[in-house]
Amino acid sequence: MTTLRIAHLYPREMNIYGDTGNLVVLLKRLEWRGLTAEAVAVGVGDTLPADVDIVLGGGGQDAAQGDIGEDFVTRSADLRSMADDGVVMLAICGAYQLLGREFRTQTGRVIRGAGVLDIETQGSATRLIGNHAVDSEWGQLVGYENHSGLTRLGDGVRALATTASGRGNNGEDSTEGAVRDNVFGTYLHGPLLAKSPVFADELLRRAFERRAGQVLEPLDDALELQAAAVAAKRPRT
Amino acid sequence: MPALPVITGKLAFGALRIMGRSGNALPGLIVERVFPRYFAKALSRLPHGVIVVSGTNGKTTTTKMIATMLAKKHRVVTNDTGSNFVRGAIGALVQQSSWGGRLDGDVAVFELDEAHAVKFVEKYAPQHVLLLNVSRDQLDRFGEIDYTASLLAKVAKAATASVTLNSDDERLAALAGELQVPVHWFALSEPMQQLFPTDEELYDEVETQPVREGADAVLQQYDAASGHTVIDFAGDVRQLTLRTTGAHNAQNATAAAVATMRVGLSVDEVCAGLEEVEPAFGRGQSYRIAGRDVTMHLVKNPAGFRQSLQAGLAESPDRACIIINDADADGRDMSWLWDVQFDALREAGIPVTTGGVRAADMAVRLKYSGVDVGSAVSELESVVDAAVQATPAGGRLTVFASYTAMWGLYRHLDAQHEGAL
Ligand SMILES: [Zn+2]
Repeated sequence: MTTLRIAHLYPREMNIYGDTGNLVVLLKRLEWRGLTAEAVAVGVGDTLPADVDIVLGGGGQDAAQGDIGEDFVTRSADLRSMADDGVVMLAICGAYQLLGREFRTQTGRVIRGAGVLDIETQGSATRLIGNHAVDSEWGQLVGYENHSGLTRLGDGVRALATTASGRGNNGEDSTEGAVRDNVFGTYLHGPLLAKSPVFADELLRRAFERRAGQVLEPLDDALELQAAAVAAKRPRT
Repeated sequence: MPALPVITGKLAFGALRIMGRSGNALPGLIVERVFPRYFAKALSRLPHGVIVVSGTNGKTTTTKMIATMLAKKHRVVTNDTGSNFVRGAIGALVQQSSWGGRLDGDVAVFELDEAHAVKFVEKYAPQHVLLLNVSRDQLDRFGEIDYTASLLAKVAKAATASVTLNSDDERLAALAGELQVPVHWFALSEPMQQLFPTDEELYDEVETQPVREGADAVLQQYDAASGHTVIDFAGDVRQLTLRTTGAHNAQNATAAAVATMRVGLSVDEVCAGLEEVEPAFGRGQSYRIAGRDVTMHLVKNPAGFRQSLQAGLAESPDRACIIINDADADGRDMSWLWDVQFDALREAGIPVTTGGVRAADMAVRLKYSGVDVGSAVSELESVVDAAVQATPAGGRLTVFASYTAMWGLYRHLDAQHEGAL
């Protein structure tokens, strides 16, 4: 039986909106199927284990993001080769931005990203905030967005989902999140995987696919889907 | 004498009463609009000044504690109706004034949330400010904790006589250097610090720090079962028994004591007052319903939920019920439920049900903590009624409710209450 190894980036600094819940969801969905996983917390300066199957990153305070950003960039080469190698990554909000090419703050300062995703983010004065449900290839993704950075997609990625205008990556082009290979970035907190069980299993399926392969038995997701249905109907703000 | 504003406000209160309504906000709003200077003028006449209490958690209980202690010596003006707005405060002033406009008070204590506290101090610079803590709360409204802390910095800077700060809250402690008035501290002993993980420490170890030297009061010990509390007042160590529940309220008592001493109360007076404070509604207050004890704990953000869970489980309930709404006052974003760990609830091994608009979100959160709640019903009253019925006769049901859920249940529980416990 294959044990998945999940690296959790900056759990202390980058967990402002319960994004650690994504890790909890993945671990439990494995445990319920009698499968095992090992979670490795990666803090500033820690070595990123090479043989990981899944990398998770969450959102943080704007102030914390500066320090994290510097540490993140030192990992650029590692993260890029892992992405090329098919490692599954889920990056939320701040971590999504840091996986991109660069982040330009409102004052014009340019923070370099890891360059894993072909996206660029511009700091802005408006905040996109509210309940958010979008349609993706892997069913409805349901969460809560809260960000002032506006992200534009380059040619090297496609959108994770389409959305109504005024929401998503930049509020203008009706895109939400970005995908390349097995790397997924999105602004959806919530935590995303708690109310998006089909997508959660898609991440696990892709992780196993790189290994020996493992059939994922279906789980009873009635509660998760009920929570998603309720959330999708709630007022945005 | 500012008689006219008071008469106007009182007439508004009278009109509301005729319409069968209550609340401080509307009369306060009318007076605020028509007599913009009434507020500052009335407050400036209070001989012992004004204490503003703000922070993320514990404002209501702390304000109640301060008002109770002060009432032993002074006539106290306070906004204890839960309408923590400037207009609520104005409403309270009007109600406590004579028709001739004379304010019947010596000192005022107001609970204000971060944003309203800023508006308040722009209208009147209070003598004393007490800041309790700053943690994740309604991030969908304020955006970020660092921004919330910047609001509290503005409030602290407005104080004209003293600021009392939480020594164990990193963001608040950092304000001390920016203040011109004397700073006073309440603190936790190192063992007590273990009970208060920060949001950052949630999935990590709690880092204790040396107790601040020169703190005015240090909470040394608290026993959840008996309420036995030990507070060290700069070397004068006192033992007291609190009726409020939870370690967080023992910390609030320590904060309230330090703030109250700024207006001249002695350690004796402070301790005697603290022992009299009953839990506020939704802060561990109990009802007797159908032969069961029903205790209600407000949960409105991760730190508050962690503390309420600790306090609620210390009451050894036979069953628990968690009711979560998502109106503005609760927070629209449910992410915060994942910043609370429910292992203690699982370990308690008691049956749990969920209710409220976001019953399913809460049920999912519990499911991933190994607590099986079965189905999730988006109702308030029927869910609590069913939980009461399912609790063994003579047993205890502990209800954790978000802000609007708590107030939504208020009349329903009150109506069924079987008199004094
Ligand atoms: Zn975000």
